[in-house]
Amino acid sequence: MANTLFDKVWDSHVVRKVTDGPDVFFIDRHFIHEVTSPVAFLGLESRGNSVVYPARTFATADHNTPTINQHLPVADPLSANQLDALENNAAKHGISHWGLGDKNNGIVHVVGPENGITLPGATIVCGDSHTSTHGAFGAIAFGIGTSEVEMVLSTQCIMQPKPKKMRINVTGKLGIGVTPKDVALYIIAKQTTSGATGYFVEYAGDVFEDMSMEGRMTVCNLSIEMGARGGMIAPDSKTFEYLKGRAQTPKGADWDKAMNYWETLYTDQGAEFDAEFNYEASDIEPMITYGTNPGMGMGVTKSIPNAESLEGGVDTYRKSLGYMSFSEGDSMVGKEIDFVFLGSCTNGRIEDFRAFCSIVEGRQKADNVTAWLVPGSHKVVDQIKEEGLDTVITDAGFVLREPGCSACLAMNDDKIPSGKLSVSTSNRNFEGRQGPGSRTLLASPLVAAASAVSGVVTDPRTLLTA
Amino acid sequence: MAYDKFQVLTSSAYPLPTENVDTDQIIPARFLKATERVDFDINFFRDWRYNQDGTPKVDFPLNKEIYAGSKILVGGRNFGSGSSREHAAWSVYDFGLRCVISSAFADIFKGNCLNVGVLPVQVSPEFADTLFAAIMADPTTEIKVDLPNQTVTLLATGEFESFEINSYKKENMLNGFDDIDYLKNIENEISAFAEKRPF
Repeated sequence: MANTLFDKVWDSHVVRKVTDGPDVFFIDRHFIHEVTSPVAFLGLESRGNSVVYPARTFATADHNTPTINQHLPVADPLSANQLDALENNAAKHGISHWGLGDKNNGIVHVVGPENGITLPGATIVCGDSHTSTHGAFGAIAFGIGTSEVEMVLSTQCIMQPKPKKMRINVTGKLGIGVTPKDVALYIIAKQTTSGATGYFVEYAGDVFEDMSMEGRMTVCNLSIEMGARGGMIAPDSKTFEYLKGRAQTPKGADWDKAMNYWETLYTDQGAEFDAEFNYEASDIEPMITYGTNPGMGMGVTKSIPNAESLEGGVDTYRKSLGYMSFSEGDSMVGKEIDFVFLGSCTNGRIEDFRAFCSIVEGRQKADNVTAWLVPGSHKVVDQIKEEGLDTVITDAGFVLREPGCSACLAMNDDKIPSGKLSVSTSNRNFEGRQGPGSRTLLASPLVAAASAVSGVVTDPRTLLTA
Repeated sequence: MAYDKFQVLTSSAYPLPTENVDTDQIIPARFLKATERVDFDINFFRDWRYNQDGTPKVDFPLNKEIYAGSKILVGGRNFGSGSSREHAAWSVYDFGLRCVISSAFADIFKGNCLNVGVLPVQVSPEFADTLFAAIMADPTTEIKVDLPNQTVTLLATGEFESFEINSYKKENMLNGFDDIDYLKNIENEISAFAEKRPF
C-alpha cells in the first residue's frame, strides 16, 4: 500500500488506538523551556509521578532571557524565578539543561537540530507551537500545551487524534532576493491563517529540494501560522550531511542502522492526501505583511487589498488595518519604520545572518532605525564570528546581541514601544506581540536588511542589483 | 490538573465576533511568567479589556455588566490561533467560563481547552450568526449546552444544533477525568513499546 511520509512516521509511533478517540502517541524527543514547563512539573509532583524517561527530555532557557549582559543575574524577578524553576526541575529529575551562558544554550528550535537531537522519523514535541520547525528533518514535530508536557514527562505519550494530510508542492526556481521566508509567507497568504487547520503538511517539489536545511527549518517553522499542526519535508542527502557527526546523532553502526531506516522516509508514488496545493516559484516575490495575522501578507511592491476583494469578515479586516494605522490601497514600500528585528526560531540561523550581511555590507544603518540582531544560539554566534560577519555588522552601525527568543514575543526587555513600526524576521504580527501597542511587519532577513539601511520599507532587489 | 465535571450548562453568553482571535490576545506573553497555575483571569484579554493606563475599556463585551457571570463565550471564526500556551485555556477557565462556542477553532487551543475542562463547541457559521444576533437582541438570552446529547440550543427560540466530540473526550469531560489517568493505566504497554524504539 502506498503511504505518505507522514503516515510512515505517525503509524510507527502509535502505542494503541482508542476507539472513537485519539491515538496513544509515543514521543521520542521532548524539549522544555522555562515558560510552559513549571506547571507541568507541579502537576507531576502533586500526583506523585516521576519522569519516566529523563534522557528523552531536553531543557533549554530561551523565552524570557535577556539578550544583553547574560553574565549578570537576571534582573526581572519573575523571569529569574522561571529560569530557576527550569534549572531545579531539570536537576531534580535528571534532565539535561542548557541554561543561560551554557555554550549549547539558545532558542529550543535552533539548538535541537544543531546538536543532533532532532532526527528523521522521530516524534518531537515541545510546549511551543513553533516546534513544527523540526519537521525540516522528516520528523513529526508539533507544539503541545502544558497538560501534555506533564503527560510526556510522566508517561512519554500524549493522546492525539491523527491529523488529516495535506501536500503543498512548490515547483520551479526562486528569483533573486526571494528566500524561504518569502515562500512560507506566500503559502500562508494563499492558505490564510486558518486554511490548514486540522492538517499536517508535507512540503514537496524542487523549491524545497533545492533549499538548505536552514531554509527548510524556516518553512516548517511557519506551518502553524496557517493553522497546520506541523509541516515536514522528506529527508535527503542534505539532511543526512547536516546531521552526520553532530553531538547527539547516532554514531558508527548505529548511524548505518539509522540510515537504513531514514532512507525509507519518503511519500510513496500514488499515496493519497486529503488536500493538495500547487504553487509556482516564479509567482513568489519578496513578501511583507500589512495586518495582524501572518496570512495578511503580499509581495512587498503590492498595495494593501480592499476589504471587499477578500473572503472573510470585513469588520475584522478593518479592525486589523486600524490597529496598524494603514489604509486599504496603501503601498508598503516607502513606509517609514522605527525598528528592525533579525532573529527568532524562524530566522535566527547562520544563513539569515549571512543574508542580512549581504545587504548591509558597505552600507550604514539608517538613523531613524533601532535594530536588534539576535542570533538563535551561541553556536550561531560562534559561526558569525568565524565568518567575520560580526565585523560587517559592526561596521554598518549594528550591534550583535546575545541569543534568545527576544523581541519575537517580548517576554524580556526587548519590547517594541507602543505605536512603533518594526520590520521583523520573526513569525507573528499579532496585536501587541512585540510589546503592547507595537506594530509588526513580517519579512525576510533581506527585506529587514534593506529596510534597516534605508529607514523605510524597501524591496531588497533594488539593493541587490544596484 | 483536575477540573469540575461538565454535564449540562445553561447560561447567558459573552459575544466576541472578531475573527482569528489569537492566544496572544487571550493572554499576552508578558503575563506568562508564573510558575504556578493561579489567577490567570486577571490578565484574560488584558489589552482588549484595559487601556494602557489600566482603566477598563467599557465597550469591550467582557467588561459589560449585562453579560457578567456568563459561563459561555461565543467567539468568531478561527478562535485561539497562534501560540500553544495553555495559559490561554487556563485564563478562560479562571474567568469563570466553561464553554467556548465558535464556527472554527485552532487545533492546539481546542486540545488545551479539553484538557483543562473548558468545552469547545464547534457550530456552523450560520448557527454562530444566529447566536450572535440573539445575544445582540437580548444580552440575557440563554444558551443550553448539553454534553450527554451533544446539542447546543438557543432557549428563546428552541433552535439547536448538534456538535461533535469523540466519545473518549466526552467521557473525560462528563467525569472530570484527564489523559494522565488513562495513560498511567497502560504504563506497561507504553514501556514495552519504548523498548523497541530505535532512538
